[in-house]
Amino acid sequence: MRSFAYSRAADVESAVADVSADPTSEYLAGGTTEVDMLRLGVVRPRRVVDINDLPIAAIEELPDGGTRLGGLARMSDVAAHPVVRERYPMVTEALEKGASAQLRNMASMGGNLMQRVRCSYFRDGDRACNKREPGSGCAALDGVNRTHAVLGTSEHCIAAHPSDAAVALTALDAVIRLRGPEGERTVAFDDFFLLPGDAPEREHPIGHGELITAIDLPVLPVARTSHYLKVRDRESYEFALASAAVALGTEGGTVTEARIGLGGVATKPWRARRAEQALAGSEAGPEAFARAADAELADAVPRGMNGFKVELAKRTMVRALTEVAARTRGGTA
Amino acid sequence: MTPPQEGRTGLAGLAGHTVPRQATAAERDRGEIGPEPADVLLTVNGTVHRVRLEPRVSLLDALRERLDVTGPKKGCNQGACGACTVWVDGHRVLACLTLAVACEGREVTTVEGLADGDELHPMQEAFVDNDALQCGYCTPGQLMSAVALMKEGHHRDDAEIAEWMSGNICRCAAYPNIRRAIRQVRDSGGRAEQEGES
Amino acid sequence: MSIPPQIGRGVPRADAHAKVTGAARYSAEHRPTGAVHAVLVCSRVPSGRITGIDASRALVSEGVLAVLSHLNLPRVAAQPRLIPSLAGTTAHGQSFFPMQDERIHYAGQPVAMVVADTLERAEHAAELVGVDYAEEPWTTTVDQGRDRAYEAEHIFGGFVPGRTDRGDVEAGLAEAETVLESTHRFAANHHNAIEPSAATAVWEDSKLTLYDTTQGPTATRLTVAELLGVPPSNVRVVSEFVGGSFGGKAMIWAHPTLAAMAAQHVRAPVTLALTRAQTFSNTGHREEQEHTLTLGARSDGTLTAIRYRKLSPTSHFDDWAEPSLGPAAQLYACPNFEGVYDLVRANTMTPTFMRAPGEGTGAFVIETAMDELAHELGLDPLELRLRNHADTDPETGNPWSSKGLRECYARGAELFGWHSRDPRPVQGARREGDWLLGTGMASAVYPVYSVMNPQRARARVYADGRAVVETGCSDIGTGAATVMGQVAAEALGMQSEAVTVHYGDTELPNTVAAVGSAGAGAVSAAVHTAARKLRDQLVAQALADQGSPLYGADPDEIEVRSGRMSLRGSPGTGEAYGEMLGRNMTFDAEAVGSWQPPGRDSGYGTATFGAQFAEVAVDPGLGLVRVRRMTGVFAPGRVLNRRTAHSQLMGGMLWGLGQALLEATHMEPNQGRWANPSLGEYLVPVNADTPDVQVEMLEVEDRVVNPLGVKGVGEIGQVGAAAAIANALFHATGRRFRDLPITIESVMAPA
Repeated sequence: MRSFAYSRAADVESAVADVSADPTSEYLAGGTTEVDMLRLGVVRPRRVVDINDLPIAAIEELPDGGTRLGGLARMSDVAAHPVVRERYPMVTEALEKGASAQLRNMASMGGNLMQRVRCSYFRDGDRACNKREPGSGCAALDGVNRTHAVLGTSEHCIAAHPSDAAVALTALDAVIRLRGPEGERTVAFDDFFLLPGDAPEREHPIGHGELITAIDLPVLPVARTSHYLKVRDRESYEFALASAAVALGTEGGTVTEARIGLGGVATKPWRARRAEQALAGSEAGPEAFARAADAELADAVPRGMNGFKVELAKRTMVRALTEVAARTRGGTA
Repeated sequence: MTPPQEGRTGLAGLAGHTVPRQATAAERDRGEIGPEPADVLLTVNGTVHRVRLEPRVSLLDALRERLDVTGPKKGCNQGACGACTVWVDGHRVLACLTLAVACEGREVTTVEGLADGDELHPMQEAFVDNDALQCGYCTPGQLMSAVALMKEGHHRDDAEIAEWMSGNICRCAAYPNIRRAIRQVRDSGGRAEQEGES
Repeated sequence: MSIPPQIGRGVPRADAHAKVTGAARYSAEHRPTGAVHAVLVCSRVPSGRITGIDASRALVSEGVLAVLSHLNLPRVAAQPRLIPSLAGTTAHGQSFFPMQDERIHYAGQPVAMVVADTLERAEHAAELVGVDYAEEPWTTTVDQGRDRAYEAEHIFGGFVPGRTDRGDVEAGLAEAETVLESTHRFAANHHNAIEPSAATAVWEDSKLTLYDTTQGPTATRLTVAELLGVPPSNVRVVSEFVGGSFGGKAMIWAHPTLAAMAAQHVRAPVTLALTRAQTFSNTGHREEQEHTLTLGARSDGTLTAIRYRKLSPTSHFDDWAEPSLGPAAQLYACPNFEGVYDLVRANTMTPTFMRAPGEGTGAFVIETAMDELAHELGLDPLELRLRNHADTDPETGNPWSSKGLRECYARGAELFGWHSRDPRPVQGARREGDWLLGTGMASAVYPVYSVMNPQRARARVYADGRAVVETGCSDIGTGAATVMGQVAAEALGMQSEAVTVHYGDTELPNTVAAVGSAGAGAVSAAVHTAARKLRDQLVAQALADQGSPLYGADPDEIEVRSGRMSLRGSPGTGEAYGEMLGRNMTFDAEAVGSWQPPGRDSGYGTATFGAQFAEVAVDPGLGLVRVRRMTGVFAPGRVLNRRTAHSQLMGGMLWGLGQALLEATHMEPNQGRWANPSLGEYLVPVNADTPDVQVEMLEVEDRVVNPLGVKGVGEIGQVGAAAAIANALFHATGRRFRDLPITIESVMAPA
């Protein structure tokens, strides 16, 4: 690991001012990605600014009935919070299926959204990777790509986004609150994650030093009937091969509202809007679910080893929908 | 966790001297330190150590290489095995992905801090009783997770125990015996739970 | 057979206290004064030449003491030659030592070594070493080298012939009414003990002390001494705690010697610990492999012919394949057998032992094929096995030294509830929601290897009534140290709590490396011999001592209990060992025992047998497999400690689960390196993957293998476990899974 300097920020304002003014400084929150990346040499800051003492770790109910998750709230605390459990069960499920208990105690919500991809070509310093070294190529295209993405890919990058929590949050239309040198702003969740396109090195539409201070969850009754299904080789402590976060509202057997996120198969937390549209007004049953999944995966681009993910993503989505539909049956969500 | 006691680990003489509980880096307004080595105050198992280290030194390497606290193990150094599990401020975390300097002002507890003198923690006893270990290399991490799991209340049934112990890989695959040890502590009246609270 | 009280007891592990308190020190955790750190730089290319090494940036980096490479590292004193550690002599893991010239044979080969005052500085400087390569064409997989395969003369370090024939396979196949042919592919595997291999080297003048992570301290001593060109007596190896091994620490790899060379160079103690990624290319692996099996059988299930070919990549220096044909050759009474090992030269290091080396893969093939045959013939899989039971060793016709397989089948079937099994292998015949249920079984066999060297131990009794027993062996988590105490106590007539064990040090009497499930047999034989000798010596002393109440008694009439010698039938007449020693102004008594193994040609077939049963739940939509329960019944001869033996067998069975469903190292097809050298990507089972495991041991008397009849439990638990799981999958889904691991994409029902 290269050497670097360290400082500990005392308040949000000075932290943001400090890092914004210094392109060689980076934030250090839970460290579960940052320390790993430092050790791999993928990030090479002159200094890390430890923000763990900043007062942005609270989980609060908002006046409008929404819920605010502090940027430094730990995954474990958010997952266990009674309001989150009750109103957004898929968020709790997604969080608790991520990583391990130890890592969830460390990782912050902001850090979870900012985590880097697990592509081994990105992590390994001397292999072609456009994300790590723009213009160097993508060794994953014809390499060992079993875990890579089939949605949202480009010829420049096929790395799958690793977060579970973000899959649930995108389905919720959460809002990300950022603090920059110019003050506060908000970004819609889906807009916060950029597709790789021809610039996979750019992952978020934010400036250097902008800090995630909070993630706001909107009032969303349908989210009370929601579920996160994660498929992976082993039962625990592994990233998703495919996952689906589903919230479903039905009335008299007809879908009134569907919110779906897909994970493990896309280059960003994937909002399955085509599937949602296909479902709207349909009868909540296997045929509509299958149609919706087909619609969402219609443009999927499989590679050498990950072809199974197209079908697996569909089945995961259908299974999650079926599970939630069973819960809503006989009443409104 | 029993209350911090100075000199309890017996390592103070080796690694530094015992000093009163210190202010955090922020409180002392030290500003930027490093990249060259700087003095950092680490509270480990109730003993405060003054350690000279670079900011890049992980908590795991600070414990093992600087303080000679070798209970926390290095199995992967990238958060994929759990052998380095320790508690920071009472929460189980991975020491390999934690910078030592970021632990100034926090309480670090390792497996060496579990027993009360010569008296083993009930979870340690249960691991011995149930042969919940073979080669022993993952064992310190398993223990720190198992005691934390009791505190967290994730011990309702075997499925829950298994899931919440899955961040600690045991290549010898003593898993069923680890679950049995945890059940034994759970069913013996939650003594570990009381002792686990700081 | 009556089981003596100390042997067999489930006494807690002798080292458990040290392990649960963090006091146990592993090889990288010894801190001699002034110790510094070495870090390896490994080749990024799989083949070619080093054209330049630029150490200039590393050398000026803070704290750096040396950068060593083929340009300045001394030449080794001898060309290493691979010999399996069971032989008890040098145990080079491959016939190659790195950093001797510019040639690159495999990716991950060490090309330089940086020594610095702290670990962080050594790690960082290692990143600064610039290495230029002229890359050359390479082969790393079966598919890349298939056209150039050749039939091996010998494999496994020369221990196993490349071809085995018995009877007439063509005639056997002509006689068959059913012929099954199947091809099975296995991904490469890595041991991934949680402790990465490490060594700490300390020189004092011409004497070297090595704290090494090894299954055999003597093997390290002899190997390192040969490479350094120093007398073995100048090398002491200490290896009290070893953080798992599974074969990855059975052979002696380059790093302990490199640590010693670095320590010599910088004139300070050096710790060299491999990173997790480096262990993938520096401590061997189980090779990728492809097996093709042809079975011929009559309609009653009787086997008439077995033809077997295995194809696998080996290194450029050694003809290595794990001996996978053993189970097919030894399990069943089939008169006609032909087995061939084909090899491909590849740019990998020499593959090595990995738990159940050969038997793990070979049993998967023969035992899934037998399941298939049973289904074809409409027979119960267990019944088919009974019909082909080998009453004598099919390879030699020799009688078995002991067997117990029929008893294992019967007891396993009873425990598991096999006989109430619904035989239909139909998808969905047994269902719980999305989960289809199935059960399967398989046989297990593992050879009892004969060690070659005399096995020695020392026993000592003190006047205070305590005893010490010593052997040089390491305890890699098996419980070897614990059973040493029990065996000594038994022979001395003491409680095992009164016996202290010393082990893991070449200064102690020599025993063979803990390999091939032979450790317990060898160590127990040595300890039993030493302790029995000491007991007889003490009894003889008492009988000759006029001050003893036993003076002049018949030695055959003496019994010893809890350290007290007395006349049989007259317990009041006697005295404790300590009493006698004290009266004679001696504070201890000691004996060294040496057991000479019988050699390879005992005239018996020697193997351990068992029966495996598994129940799986399969979600064919999502491709998920969950193992719900496993039952294993084994006949490992004498059981020295029920508790530690149970753990070994349970661990082995769960290794079978990992082998069946998770474990795979992939070769990067364009770069010729392992693509997933991490515990995040090489998936081993986690707690949530593992069901409770039912293990039972049926003791069988064996008077051939060693004095106590110990056949070993280190590997038999894994053999057949993966086959039982795959057979259960067939039962659940009606589909055959022939390749390992069985992945989600293969289990997902076709769209």
